[in-house]
Amino acid sequence: MFAEKVIELLKETERNPETIDQFNDEKIRQILEEMQLLFKMNMNDANATMDNKALWTTVQVRHSALERNKRCLLAYLYNRMNKIKTLRWEFGSVLPLDVRELLADEEYDWFTKYSSNLATYMRSLGQDTGYNGIDLTENLKPPKSLYIEVLCVLDYGKLELEDGDVIMLKKNSRHFLPTTECQTLIRQGILKQIT
Amino acid sequence: MDSNEDIYLSDNEEEITAEIVLKTLQSAWQNERLAPEILPHRSDMVECMLGQLQHMERNISKLPKTDLRASIHKMEISRIKFIICNYLKIRLNKIEKYCIPIIKDERQRTDSGTNYLTPSEYKYAQEYLLNMENHMKNVILNKVPGNMQSFDMNKMAEHPNLQTHVFLKAHETVNGVVLEDLVGEDEEIDLEEGSQHILQYKPIADLVKNGKVQLV
Repeated sequence: MFAEKVIELLKETERNPETIDQFNDEKIRQILEEMQLLFKMNMNDANATMDNKALWTTVQVRHSALERNKRCLLAYLYNRMNKIKTLRWEFGSVLPLDVRELLADEEYDWFTKYSSNLATYMRSLGQDTGYNGIDLTENLKPPKSLYIEVLCVLDYGKLELEDGDVIMLKKNSRHFLPTTECQTLIRQGILKQIT
Repeated sequence: MDSNEDIYLSDNEEEITAEIVLKTLQSAWQNERLAPEILPHRSDMVECMLGQLQHMERNISKLPKTDLRASIHKMEISRIKFIICNYLKIRLNKIEKYCIPIIKDERQRTDSGTNYLTPSEYKYAQEYLLNMENHMKNVILNKVPGNMQSFDMNKMAEHPNLQTHVFLKAHETVNGVVLEDLVGEDEEIDLEEGSQHILQYKPIADLVKNGKVQLV
């Protein structure tokens, strides 16, 4: 059946709407091959349709299959792009290695470009008032309180706070920190909120 | 800026303005969150509020760390910062999602001087679209058969759903809002000042943009 593989590909994505899967190189290659094959068959038959009108339908069905394949492939890619965007907001411009491995090289390129475009935009914010840009990836949640209690999950090392104090983040230590300063660390999984 | 020791949000001649700025910003934020399409930017308000925040931060740093006032004002600052960040972020999300129609419309609007995006937002949108196009070309389009390699903007475009329904509150009386009906029977209604309605977004889009109604 035409366009069967592409449906498998989309179903795969559908299964985990929240998380990103390994980029399915192999399947995409197969689909592209199928498309080339369909195209070749169509070219042959298209030349023959001059004499044989019965081939018209065949050509058209193959053409729809080609269109469908293209559309679904782009949808797959677009869907992944949206997921990669969320990664940028969650992890910042540096991806953890295990996540990085799930992306294709081209996708990683795209991520880098997206990331630097976003950074350029954020730097341009509030320049007239003397701010050096605003990091929009902070302040994702409405602030509830100024300080929160956090548990350190990993050995992180020294952290310098805005007011100049330096604290040592060791595994299993508890701290009472300003909310704004530990949001990123919480998202990176170094701190855990306990309240 | 003066060097007034008073650290309250509004100080001397800016007493009314700071409050109004915050209110305007809040309602712009609220509208932006609820409207399906992108609204004209209010970067003037954002800039102004940022300046105010900086002023507040400077004043707070003069207070001792344990001062109660300092923590109350810090809280206030982080609330305002959240509003600003969230406002800008929602705009970015819309720009990314609807970048093709937005860029197309924006080109015409820039010519007539009524642009909805700030220059840096516009730049961001263009760059975003370019990156998306290149990415799709690299991974898929360059590898499909010859006559299908085009990146068709019109087919790729995602449009905001202007037919969606919204809750709104009228700031002032507006007469003769025409509601289009699918059957072709148009209906005219009047919005009383202070009244609340549920309506389709499209007929009232202009009223939202010029501030006559507020989405709630």
